[in-house]
Amino acid sequence: MFEGGGIINELFIERLNYLIYVVLLLIGLHAMIAKNNLIKKLIGMSIFQTAIILFYVSVGVKEGATIPIYLPEHDPHGSHASHSDGNETEQSNHGPVVLDAELVKGYSNPLPHVLMLTAIVVGVATLGLALALCLRIYQGYGTIEEDEILAKIEKQEMRSNPSDVLKSADSSKQATSRSAKSVSKPKVSSPRSSKRSKASPKTKAKATSPTTKAKTSGTKPVSPKRKAAASKSTTTGSKKSPAKPKTAASKSTTKAKPKPRAKPKAKPTARAKAKSTAKKATASKPKPRTPKK
Amino acid sequence: MKKLSLIPVLLVGILLIYASKDFPEWGDPSSPASKSPLSSHFIANTGVDTEVPNMVTAVLGDYRGFDTMFETVVVFIAGMAVLAILKNSDNKKSGKREFEVDAEPDIIVTNTVRLLVPVIQIFAFYVLAHGHVSPGGGFQGGVLMGASFILVALSWDLDTALARFPLGRCTIVAGAGIILYGGIGLLSMFLGGEFLDYAELANVFPVSREMARYYAILGVEIGVGLTVTAIMFSLYANLSTEGRLKGGL
Repeated sequence: MFEGGGIINELFIERLNYLIYVVLLLIGLHAMIAKNNLIKKLIGMSIFQTAIILFYVSVGVKEGATIPIYLPEHDPHGSHASHSDGNETEQSNHGPVVLDAELVKGYSNPLPHVLMLTAIVVGVATLGLALALCLRIYQGYGTIEEDEILAKIEKQEMRSNPSDVLKSADSSKQATSRSAKSVSKPKVSSPRSSKRSKASPKTKAKATSPTTKAKTSGTKPVSPKRKAAASKSTTTGSKKSPAKPKTAASKSTTKAKPKPRAKPKAKPTARAKAKSTAKKATASKPKPRTPKK
Repeated sequence: MKKLSLIPVLLVGILLIYASKDFPEWGDPSSPASKSPLSSHFIANTGVDTEVPNMVTAVLGDYRGFDTMFETVVVFIAGMAVLAILKNSDNKKSGKREFEVDAEPDIIVTNTVRLLVPVIQIFAFYVLAHGHVSPGGGFQGGVLMGASFILVALSWDLDTALARFPLGRCTIVAGAGIILYGGIGLLSMFLGGEFLDYAELANVFPVSREMARYYAILGVEIGVGLTVTAIMFSLYANLSTEGRLKGGL
Protein backbone atom coordinates (compact mmCIF):
# COMPACT_ATOMS: atom_id res chain seq x y z
CA MET A 1 0.00 0.00 0.00
CA PHE A 2 2.65 2.49 1.00
CA GLU A 3 5.93 2.00 -0.81
CA GLY A 4 9.23 3.45 0.29
CA GLY A 5 9.28 4.53 3.89
CA GLY A 6 7.15 1.66 5.07
CA ILE A 7 3.59 1.74 6.23
CA ILE A 8 4.29 2.39 9.88
CA ASN A 9 6.70 5.21 9.24
CA GLU A 10 4.40 6.78 6.68
CA LEU A 11 1.29 6.45 8.80
CA PHE A 12 2.60 7.37 12.21
CA ILE A 13 5.01 10.14 11.38
CA GLU A 14 4.18 11.78 8.08
CA ARG A 15 0.44 11.31 8.11
CA LEU A 16 -0.32 11.17 11.78
CA ASN A 17 -3.11 13.73 11.43
CA TYR A 18 -4.94 11.48 8.99
CA LEU A 19 -4.46 8.48 11.25
CA ILE A 20 -5.93 10.34 14.21
CA TYR A 21 -8.85 11.56 12.18
CA VAL A 22 -9.58 8.09 10.86
CA VAL A 23 -9.40 6.57 14.34
CA LEU A 24 -11.70 9.22 15.79
CA LEU A 25 -14.09 8.80 12.92
CA LEU A 26 -14.20 5.05 13.40
CA ILE A 27 -14.82 5.39 17.13
CA GLY A 28 -17.74 7.67 16.38
CA LEU A 29 -19.08 5.47 13.61
CA HIS A 30 -18.89 2.34 15.74
CA ALA A 31 -20.66 4.08 18.61
CA MET A 32 -23.41 5.24 16.28
CA ILE A 33 -23.94 1.76 14.87
CA ALA A 34 -23.37 -0.56 17.80
CA LYS A 35 -24.59 1.30 20.88
CA ASN A 36 -28.17 0.81 21.95
CA ASN A 37 -28.31 3.83 24.22
CA LEU A 38 -29.40 6.92 22.31
CA ILE A 39 -27.20 9.23 24.36
CA LYS A 40 -24.19 7.08 23.58
CA LYS A 41 -25.14 7.29 19.92
CA LEU A 42 -25.13 11.08 20.22
CA ILE A 43 -21.72 10.99 21.89
CA GLY A 44 -20.55 8.92 18.95
CA MET A 45 -21.97 11.49 16.58
CA SER A 46 -20.08 14.25 18.37
CA ILE A 47 -16.84 12.30 18.16
CA PHE A 48 -17.48 11.77 14.47
CA GLN A 49 -17.99 15.49 14.06
CA THR A 50 -14.75 16.20 15.89
CA ALA A 51 -12.96 13.91 13.47
CA ILE A 52 -14.32 15.84 10.50
CA ILE A 53 -13.30 19.15 12.09
CA LEU A 54 -9.80 17.82 12.71
CA PHE A 55 -9.59 16.68 9.11
CA TYR A 56 -10.58 20.07 7.72
CA VAL A 57 -8.29 22.03 9.99
CA SER A 58 -5.34 19.75 9.32
CA VAL A 59 -5.87 20.12 5.59
CA GLY A 60 -5.87 23.89 6.00
CA VAL A 61 -2.41 23.94 7.58
CA LYS A 62 0.25 25.54 5.41
CA GLU A 63 3.95 25.31 6.16
CA GLY A 64 5.55 28.67 6.91
CA ALA A 65 2.25 30.52 6.87
CA THR A 66 0.65 32.61 9.56
CA ILE A 67 -2.99 32.87 10.57
CA PRO A 68 -5.30 34.30 7.91
CA ILE A 69 -5.23 37.82 9.32
CA TYR A 70 -3.25 40.48 7.50
CA LEU A 71 0.06 41.49 8.98
CA PRO A 72 0.40 45.23 9.64
CA GLU A 73 2.22 45.84 6.35
CA HIS A 74 -0.64 44.29 4.36
CA ASP A 75 -3.40 45.54 6.60
CA PRO A 76 -5.76 47.81 4.69
CA HIS A 77 -5.77 50.04 7.76
CA GLY A 78 -2.10 49.58 8.42
CA SER A 79 -1.57 53.13 7.25
CA HIS A 80 -2.86 54.30 10.61
CA ALA A 81 0.60 53.71 12.01
CA SER A 82 2.07 56.32 9.71
CA HIS A 83 -0.91 58.58 10.05
CA SER A 84 0.93 60.82 12.48
CA ASP A 85 3.15 61.97 9.64
CA GLY A 86 0.15 63.61 8.05
CA ASN A 87 1.56 62.79 4.65
CA GLU A 88 -1.36 62.03 2.34
CA THR A 89 0.68 60.42 -0.41
CA GLU A 90 2.39 58.02 1.96
CA GLN A 91 -0.95 56.97 3.36
CA SER A 92 -2.28 56.10 -0.06
CA ASN A 93 0.83 54.00 -0.62
CA HIS A 94 -0.14 51.94 2.37
CA GLY A 95 -3.69 51.50 1.14
CA PRO A 96 -5.16 48.11 0.29
CA VAL A 97 -3.44 46.31 -2.52
CA VAL A 98 -3.98 42.95 -4.12
CA LEU A 99 -1.34 40.63 -2.73
CA ASP A 100 0.88 38.90 -5.25
CA ALA A 101 1.44 35.16 -5.28
CA GLU A 102 4.53 35.22 -3.09
CA LEU A 103 2.72 37.04 -0.31
CA VAL A 104 -0.32 34.80 -0.62
CA LYS A 105 1.91 31.90 0.45
CA GLY A 106 2.44 33.61 3.77
CA TYR A 107 -1.16 33.22 4.89
CA SER A 108 -2.92 29.95 5.59
CA ASN A 109 -6.15 29.03 3.89
CA PRO A 110 -9.12 30.82 5.52
CA LEU A 111 -11.77 28.62 3.97
CA PRO A 112 -11.50 25.52 6.23
CA HIS A 113 -11.57 27.76 9.27
CA VAL A 114 -14.75 29.45 8.11
CA LEU A 115 -16.45 26.16 7.37
CA MET A 116 -15.52 24.63 10.71
CA LEU A 117 -16.37 27.80 12.63
CA THR A 118 -19.98 27.58 11.55
CA ALA A 119 -20.04 23.80 11.76
CA ILE A 120 -19.10 23.84 15.44
CA VAL A 121 -21.90 26.20 16.46
CA VAL A 122 -24.46 24.50 14.26
CA GLY A 123 -23.27 21.19 15.69
CA VAL A 124 -23.99 22.43 19.20
CA ALA A 125 -27.47 23.56 18.21
CA THR A 126 -28.33 20.31 16.48
CA LEU A 127 -26.92 18.34 19.40
CA GLY A 128 -29.26 20.29 21.66
CA LEU A 129 -32.14 19.38 19.39
CA ALA A 130 -31.15 15.72 19.49
CA LEU A 131 -30.95 15.80 23.28
CA ALA A 132 -34.40 17.35 23.43
CA LEU A 133 -35.72 14.52 21.29
CA CYS A 134 -34.05 12.03 23.63
CA LEU A 135 -35.72 13.70 26.62
CA ARG A 136 -39.08 13.44 24.93
CA ILE A 137 -38.50 9.80 24.06
CA TYR A 138 -37.59 9.14 27.67
CA GLN A 139 -40.77 10.85 28.83
CA GLY A 140 -42.83 8.81 26.41
CA TYR A 141 -41.28 5.38 26.76
CA GLY A 142 -39.39 5.48 30.03
CA THR A 143 -36.17 4.36 28.42
CA ILE A 144 -33.57 5.47 25.94
CA GLU A 145 -32.37 2.00 25.04
CA GLU A 146 -33.16 1.52 21.41
CA ASP A 147 -34.19 -2.15 21.54
CA GLU A 148 -36.55 -1.56 24.46
CA ILE A 149 -38.16 1.36 22.65
CA LEU A 150 -38.65 -0.74 19.53
CA ALA A 151 -40.23 -3.54 21.55
CA LYS A 152 -42.61 -1.07 23.17
CA ILE A 153 -43.55 0.48 19.84
CA GLU A 154 -44.26 -2.96 18.42
CA LYS A 155 -46.48 -3.78 21.36
CA GLN A 156 -48.38 -0.53 20.97
CA GLU A 157 -48.99 -1.10 17.30
CA MET A 158 -50.28 -4.58 17.92
CA ARG A 159 -52.68 -3.29 20.54
CA SER A 160 -53.90 -0.25 18.65
CA ASN A 161 -54.95 -1.92 15.40
CA PRO A 162 -55.77 -5.59 15.82
CA SER A 163 -57.50 -5.67 12.42
CA ASP A 164 -54.18 -5.19 10.71
CA VAL A 165 -52.80 -8.01 12.72
CA LEU A 166 -55.73 -10.18 11.72
CA LYS A 167 -54.98 -9.63 8.07
CA SER A 168 -51.46 -10.83 8.54
CA ALA A 169 -52.48 -13.61 10.87
CA ASP A 170 -51.24 -16.31 8.52
CA SER A 171 -47.85 -14.78 8.25
CA SER A 172 -47.73 -14.15 11.95
CA LYS A 173 -48.48 -17.81 12.63
CA GLN A 174 -45.30 -18.60 10.86
CA ALA A 175 -43.72 -15.92 12.92
CA THR A 176 -44.96 -17.57 16.09
CA SER A 177 -43.29 -20.81 15.17
CA ARG A 178 -40.16 -18.93 14.33
CA SER A 179 -40.18 -16.96 17.54
CA ALA A 180 -40.98 -20.09 19.50
CA LYS A 181 -37.69 -21.46 18.23
CA SER A 182 -35.96 -18.31 19.23
CA VAL A 183 -37.45 -18.57 22.68
CA SER A 184 -36.19 -22.10 23.10
CA LYS A 185 -32.74 -21.06 21.96
CA PRO A 186 -31.38 -19.80 25.27
CA LYS A 187 -31.36 -23.09 27.06
CA VAL A 188 -30.60 -21.69 30.47
CA SER A 189 -34.00 -20.07 30.82
CA SER A 190 -35.93 -22.55 28.74
CA PRO A 191 -37.98 -24.15 31.54
CA ARG A 192 -39.07 -20.74 32.73
CA SER A 193 -40.06 -19.54 29.31
CA SER A 194 -42.01 -22.71 28.63
CA LYS A 195 -43.90 -22.07 31.83
CA ARG A 196 -44.55 -18.57 30.70
CA SER A 197 -45.79 -19.76 27.35
CA LYS A 198 -48.32 -21.86 29.17
CA ALA A 199 -49.31 -19.08 31.45
CA SER A 200 -49.51 -16.21 29.04
CA PRO A 201 -52.38 -17.38 26.81
CA LYS A 202 -54.56 -17.56 29.89
CA THR A 203 -53.75 -14.06 30.90
CA LYS A 204 -54.37 -12.96 27.37
CA ALA A 205 -57.78 -14.58 27.40
CA LYS A 206 -58.60 -12.76 30.59
CA ALA A 207 -57.33 -9.48 29.32
CA THR A 208 -59.21 -9.35 26.06
CA SER A 209 -62.94 -9.68 26.12
CA PRO A 210 -63.87 -13.24 25.24
CA THR A 211 -66.77 -12.15 22.99
CA THR A 212 -64.54 -10.76 20.29
CA LYS A 213 -62.79 -13.78 18.97
CA ALA A 214 -61.13 -11.78 16.32
CA LYS A 215 -59.35 -9.80 18.97
CA THR A 216 -58.06 -12.80 20.82
CA SER A 217 -56.80 -14.33 17.65
CA GLY A 218 -55.36 -10.98 16.81
CA THR A 219 -53.53 -10.67 20.06
CA LYS A 220 -52.16 -14.16 19.82
CA PRO A 221 -49.14 -13.21 17.81
CA VAL A 222 -48.36 -10.58 20.40
CA SER A 223 -47.51 -13.03 23.10
CA PRO A 224 -44.61 -14.84 21.47
CA LYS A 225 -43.01 -11.57 20.54
CA ARG A 226 -43.31 -10.23 24.02
CA LYS A 227 -41.95 -13.49 25.27
CA ALA A 228 -39.08 -13.26 22.90
CA ALA A 229 -38.33 -9.77 24.12
CA ALA A 230 -38.63 -10.88 27.71
CA SER A 231 -36.35 -13.84 27.23
CA LYS A 232 -33.89 -11.58 25.47
CA SER A 233 -33.95 -9.20 28.33
CA THR A 234 -33.35 -12.00 30.79
CA THR A 235 -30.36 -13.16 28.85
CA THR A 236 -28.97 -9.68 28.47
CA GLY A 237 -29.95 -8.79 31.98
CA SER A 238 -27.21 -10.93 33.37
CA LYS A 239 -24.71 -8.86 31.44
CA LYS A 240 -26.11 -5.42 32.12
CA SER A 241 -27.11 -5.13 35.70
CA PRO A 242 -28.67 -1.60 35.45
CA ALA A 243 -31.08 -2.77 32.77
CA LYS A 244 -32.38 -5.50 34.99
CA PRO A 245 -34.91 -3.76 37.22
CA LYS A 246 -36.63 -2.08 34.29
CA THR A 247 -37.12 -5.23 32.31
CA ALA A 248 -38.20 -6.99 35.42
CA ALA A 249 -40.72 -4.23 35.95
CA SER A 250 -42.23 -4.67 32.53
CA LYS A 251 -42.30 -8.40 33.10
CA SER A 252 -43.96 -8.17 36.47
CA THR A 253 -46.59 -5.74 35.26
CA THR A 254 -47.50 -7.95 32.38
CA LYS A 255 -47.53 -10.97 34.62
CA ALA A 256 -49.14 -9.86 37.81
CA LYS A 257 -51.91 -7.72 36.39
CA PRO A 258 -53.64 -9.31 33.45
CA LYS A 259 -55.31 -6.30 31.85
CA PRO A 260 -53.54 -3.00 32.50
CA ARG A 261 -50.21 -2.75 30.83
CA ALA A 262 -47.94 0.16 31.57
CA LYS A 263 -49.25 3.18 29.75
CA PRO A 264 -46.84 4.72 27.27
CA LYS A 265 -46.99 8.08 28.99
CA ALA A 266 -45.88 6.93 32.39
CA LYS A 267 -45.08 9.68 34.84
CA PRO A 268 -41.67 9.49 36.51
CA THR A 269 -43.25 8.97 39.90
CA ALA A 270 -45.29 6.08 38.60
CA ARG A 271 -42.17 4.72 37.00
CA ALA A 272 -40.29 4.98 40.25
CA LYS A 273 -43.07 3.11 41.98
CA ALA A 274 -42.95 0.43 39.35
CA LYS A 275 -39.22 0.19 39.89
CA SER A 276 -39.59 -0.24 43.60
CA THR A 277 -42.23 -2.90 43.13
CA ALA A 278 -40.02 -4.54 40.59
CA LYS A 279 -37.23 -4.73 43.13
CA LYS A 280 -39.58 -6.49 45.48
CA ALA A 281 -40.65 -8.74 42.69
CA THR A 282 -37.10 -9.67 41.86
CA ALA A 283 -36.48 -10.43 45.50
CA SER A 284 -39.34 -12.93 45.52
CA LYS A 285 -39.27 -14.07 41.97
CA PRO A 286 -41.36 -17.22 41.82
CA LYS A 287 -44.18 -15.72 43.85
CA PRO A 288 -46.10 -13.75 41.23
CA ARG A 289 -45.70 -16.52 38.72
CA THR A 290 -47.24 -19.36 40.70
CA PRO A 291 -50.81 -18.09 40.91
CA LYS A 292 -50.84 -17.61 37.14
CA LYS A 293 -50.16 -21.28 36.59
CA MET B 1 -24.55 -6.91 16.91
CA LYS B 2 -21.46 -5.26 18.26
CA LYS B 3 -19.12 -7.64 16.47
CA LEU B 4 -21.19 -7.34 13.31
CA SER B 5 -20.92 -3.58 13.33
CA LEU B 6 -17.15 -3.84 13.44
CA ILE B 7 -17.13 -5.18 9.89
CA PRO B 8 -18.41 -2.03 8.12
CA VAL B 9 -16.49 0.15 10.55
CA LEU B 10 -13.19 -1.54 9.84
CA LEU B 11 -13.98 -1.59 6.14
CA VAL B 12 -14.49 2.16 6.20
CA GLY B 13 -11.31 2.53 8.23
CA ILE B 14 -9.22 0.57 5.74
CA LEU B 15 -10.65 2.57 2.86
CA LEU B 16 -9.96 5.88 4.61
CA ILE B 17 -6.41 4.89 5.51
CA TYR B 18 -5.87 3.77 1.95
CA ALA B 19 -7.26 7.05 0.66
CA SER B 20 -5.03 9.06 2.96
CA LYS B 21 -2.13 8.04 0.73
CA ASP B 22 -3.45 10.52 -1.81
CA PHE B 23 -3.99 13.31 0.68
CA PRO B 24 -1.46 16.12 0.84
CA GLU B 25 1.23 15.91 3.46
CA TRP B 26 1.07 17.88 6.67
CA GLY B 27 1.50 21.60 5.95
CA ASP B 28 2.18 21.14 2.26
CA PRO B 29 1.95 24.65 0.73
CA SER B 30 1.05 23.21 -2.67
CA SER B 31 -1.81 21.08 -1.38
CA PRO B 32 -5.00 21.34 -3.43
CA ALA B 33 -6.79 23.18 -0.65
CA SER B 34 -4.10 25.84 -0.38
CA LYS B 35 -3.32 25.99 -4.06
CA SER B 36 -6.89 26.49 -5.21
CA PRO B 37 -7.65 29.79 -6.92
CA LEU B 38 -10.47 30.35 -4.46
CA SER B 39 -8.22 30.39 -1.44
CA SER B 40 -5.60 32.56 -3.15
CA HIS B 41 -8.32 34.94 -4.26
CA PHE B 42 -9.60 35.27 -0.71
CA ILE B 43 -6.12 35.91 0.63
CA ALA B 44 -5.13 38.34 -2.10
CA ASN B 45 -8.30 40.37 -2.48
CA THR B 46 -9.96 40.51 0.92
CA GLY B 47 -8.18 43.71 1.82
CA VAL B 48 -9.14 45.40 -1.43
CA ASP B 49 -12.71 44.17 -1.50
CA THR B 50 -13.77 44.70 2.07
CA GLU B 51 -10.94 46.40 3.97
CA VAL B 52 -11.35 43.75 6.66
CA PRO B 53 -7.95 42.54 7.88
CA ASN B 54 -9.32 39.22 9.16
CA MET B 55 -9.90 37.07 6.11
CA VAL B 56 -11.95 34.55 8.03
CA THR B 57 -14.44 37.21 9.00
CA ALA B 58 -14.57 38.59 5.48
CA VAL B 59 -15.17 35.16 3.97
CA LEU B 60 -17.71 34.35 6.65
CA GLY B 61 -19.68 37.56 6.44
CA ASP B 62 -19.30 38.62 2.85
CA TYR B 63 -17.99 36.08 0.34
CA ARG B 64 -19.96 33.27 1.94
CA GLY B 65 -22.64 35.47 3.45
CA PHE B 66 -25.47 33.39 2.08
CA ASP B 67 -24.08 30.25 3.70
CA THR B 68 -23.60 31.97 7.04
CA MET B 69 -27.11 33.36 6.96
CA PHE B 70 -28.60 29.92 6.62
CA GLU B 71 -26.25 28.50 9.24
CA THR B 72 -27.73 31.09 11.56
CA VAL B 73 -31.20 30.08 10.47
CA VAL B 74 -30.32 26.47 11.27
CA VAL B 75 -29.28 27.51 14.79
CA PHE B 76 -32.52 29.45 15.13
CA ILE B 77 -34.68 26.58 13.89
CA ALA B 78 -32.90 24.13 16.19
CA GLY B 79 -33.62 26.37 19.16
CA MET B 80 -37.26 26.81 18.19
CA ALA B 81 -37.61 23.07 17.64
CA VAL B 82 -36.30 22.37 21.13
CA LEU B 83 -38.85 24.81 22.50
CA ALA B 84 -41.63 23.14 20.54
CA ILE B 85 -40.60 19.60 21.44
CA LEU B 86 -40.30 20.18 25.16
CA LYS B 87 -43.10 22.69 25.60
CA ASN B 88 -46.00 20.26 25.86
CA SER B 89 -44.22 17.59 27.82
CA ASP B 90 -46.52 16.14 30.42
CA ASN B 91 -43.91 16.56 33.10
CA LYS B 92 -45.14 20.07 33.76
CA LYS B 93 -47.85 19.06 36.18
CA SER B 94 -45.65 17.05 38.48
CA GLY B 95 -43.76 19.45 40.64
CA LYS B 96 -40.26 18.61 41.65
CA ARG B 97 -38.27 15.72 40.33
CA GLU B 98 -37.00 13.28 42.92
CA PHE B 99 -33.38 14.21 42.73
CA GLU B 100 -33.99 17.93 43.13
CA VAL B 101 -33.05 19.43 46.45
CA ASP B 102 -33.61 22.82 47.93
CA ALA B 103 -30.19 24.31 48.35
CA GLU B 104 -29.28 27.89 48.99
CA PRO B 105 -26.88 29.30 46.41
CA ASP B 106 -23.38 29.15 47.78
CA ILE B 107 -22.12 32.57 48.83
CA ILE B 108 -18.59 32.05 47.50
CA VAL B 109 -19.81 30.79 44.16
CA THR B 110 -22.40 33.51 43.67
CA ASN B 111 -20.01 36.30 44.59
CA THR B 112 -17.32 34.94 42.28
CA VAL B 113 -19.85 34.72 39.48
CA ARG B 114 -21.09 38.21 40.29
CA LEU B 115 -17.57 39.42 39.58
CA LEU B 116 -17.00 37.17 36.58
CA VAL B 117 -20.15 37.68 34.58
CA PRO B 118 -19.58 41.33 33.61
CA VAL B 119 -16.04 40.48 32.54
CA ILE B 120 -17.29 37.58 30.44
CA GLN B 121 -19.93 39.76 28.84
CA ILE B 122 -17.49 42.56 28.04
CA PHE B 123 -15.13 39.98 26.59
CA ALA B 124 -18.01 38.66 24.50
CA PHE B 125 -18.62 42.13 23.11
CA TYR B 126 -14.91 42.50 22.47
CA VAL B 127 -14.75 39.21 20.58
CA LEU B 128 -17.81 40.20 18.60
CA ALA B 129 -16.68 43.71 17.72
CA HIS B 130 -13.02 42.85 17.24
CA GLY B 131 -13.79 40.02 14.87
CA HIS B 132 -12.59 42.20 12.03
CA VAL B 133 -9.01 42.55 13.17
CA SER B 134 -8.46 39.54 15.43
CA PRO B 135 -9.84 36.05 15.77
CA GLY B 136 -13.47 36.36 16.72
CA GLY B 137 -16.86 37.15 15.37
CA GLY B 138 -20.53 36.71 15.90
CA PHE B 139 -20.59 33.00 16.59
CA GLN B 140 -17.82 33.11 19.18
CA GLY B 141 -19.09 36.25 20.86
CA GLY B 142 -22.62 34.88 20.93
CA VAL B 143 -21.53 31.65 22.55
CA LEU B 144 -19.57 33.58 25.20
CA MET B 145 -22.55 35.77 25.90
CA GLY B 146 -24.87 32.80 26.19
CA ALA B 147 -22.36 31.11 28.49
CA SER B 148 -22.49 34.07 30.85
CA PHE B 149 -26.23 33.60 31.29
CA ILE B 150 -25.78 29.87 31.72
CA LEU B 151 -23.21 30.60 34.43
CA VAL B 152 -25.76 32.71 36.27
CA ALA B 153 -28.29 29.90 35.98
CA LEU B 154 -25.79 27.38 37.30
CA SER B 155 -24.61 29.39 40.28
CA TRP B 156 -27.96 30.74 41.47
CA ASP B 157 -30.82 28.90 39.84
CA LEU B 158 -32.65 29.04 36.58
CA ASP B 159 -35.28 31.46 37.85
CA THR B 160 -32.63 34.08 38.55
CA ALA B 161 -31.25 33.77 35.05
CA LEU B 162 -34.71 33.72 33.49
CA ALA B 163 -35.62 36.89 35.38
CA ARG B 164 -32.77 38.62 33.58
CA PHE B 165 -33.33 36.97 30.20
CA PRO B 166 -36.87 35.56 29.94
CA LEU B 167 -37.53 32.90 27.38
CA GLY B 168 -39.96 35.07 25.49
CA ARG B 169 -37.27 37.68 25.10
CA CYS B 170 -34.90 34.91 24.02
CA THR B 171 -37.17 34.09 21.12
CA ILE B 172 -37.52 37.72 20.16
CA VAL B 173 -33.76 38.34 20.31
CA ALA B 174 -33.06 35.23 18.26
CA GLY B 175 -35.57 36.31 15.65
CA ALA B 176 -34.21 39.84 15.69
CA GLY B 177 -30.76 38.50 14.85
CA ILE B 178 -32.08 36.72 11.78
CA ILE B 179 -34.08 39.78 10.76
CA LEU B 180 -31.02 42.00 11.17
CA TYR B 181 -29.00 39.68 8.97
CA GLY B 182 -31.68 39.28 6.34
CA GLY B 183 -32.58 42.96 6.59
CA ILE B 184 -29.06 44.05 5.71
CA GLY B 185 -29.20 41.67 2.77
CA LEU B 186 -32.59 42.92 1.64
CA LEU B 187 -31.56 46.55 2.08
CA SER B 188 -28.60 46.06 -0.20
CA MET B 189 -30.93 44.37 -2.65
CA PHE B 190 -33.37 47.27 -2.63
CA LEU B 191 -30.51 49.69 -3.17
CA GLY B 192 -29.79 48.11 -6.53
CA GLY B 193 -27.34 45.32 -5.78
CA GLU B 194 -27.80 41.65 -5.22
CA PHE B 195 -28.96 40.03 -2.01
CA LEU B 196 -26.23 40.46 0.63
CA ASP B 197 -24.12 42.61 -1.72
CA TYR B 198 -23.26 45.13 0.94
CA ALA B 199 -21.36 47.52 -1.31
CA GLU B 200 -24.63 49.18 -2.35
CA LEU B 201 -25.09 50.45 1.18
CA ALA B 202 -22.55 53.12 0.26
CA ASN B 203 -25.39 54.85 -1.59
CA VAL B 204 -27.11 55.78 1.65
CA PHE B 205 -24.29 55.87 4.17
CA PRO B 206 -21.44 58.33 3.84
CA VAL B 207 -18.71 55.73 3.43
CA SER B 208 -16.81 54.20 0.56
CA ARG B 209 -18.03 50.98 -1.01
CA GLU B 210 -15.33 48.96 0.72
CA MET B 211 -16.05 50.49 4.10
CA ALA B 212 -19.76 49.83 3.53
CA ARG B 213 -18.87 46.16 3.32
CA TYR B 214 -16.76 46.53 6.45
CA TYR B 215 -19.62 47.95 8.48
CA ALA B 216 -22.22 45.64 6.97
CA ILE B 217 -20.13 42.63 8.01
CA LEU B 218 -20.12 44.04 11.54
CA GLY B 219 -23.91 44.35 11.42
CA VAL B 220 -24.25 40.84 10.14
CA GLU B 221 -21.99 39.53 12.89
CA ILE B 222 -24.08 41.32 15.48
CA GLY B 223 -27.15 39.59 14.06
CA VAL B 224 -25.43 36.23 14.29
CA GLY B 225 -24.30 37.02 17.82
CA LEU B 226 -27.83 37.89 18.96
CA THR B 227 -29.26 34.68 17.59
CA VAL B 228 -26.53 32.47 18.99
CA THR B 229 -26.71 34.12 22.43
CA ALA B 230 -30.44 33.62 22.71
CA ILE B 231 -30.47 30.10 21.35
CA MET B 232 -27.59 28.91 23.54
CA PHE B 233 -29.35 30.10 26.66
CA SER B 234 -32.76 28.79 25.66
CA LEU B 235 -31.24 25.43 24.80
CA TYR B 236 -29.76 25.22 28.29
CA ALA B 237 -32.93 26.43 29.99
CA ASN B 238 -35.10 23.92 28.17
CA LEU B 239 -32.85 20.91 28.31
CA SER B 240 -31.86 21.23 31.95
CA THR B 241 -35.48 21.33 33.13
CA GLU B 242 -37.17 19.13 30.53
CA GLY B 243 -39.07 22.15 29.30
CA ARG B 244 -40.65 23.12 32.63
CA LEU B 245 -38.35 26.12 33.16
CA LYS B 246 -38.47 25.60 36.90
CA GLY B 247 -35.83 24.31 39.22
CA GLY B 248 -33.33 22.67 36.95
CA LEU B 249 -29.76 21.81 37.69
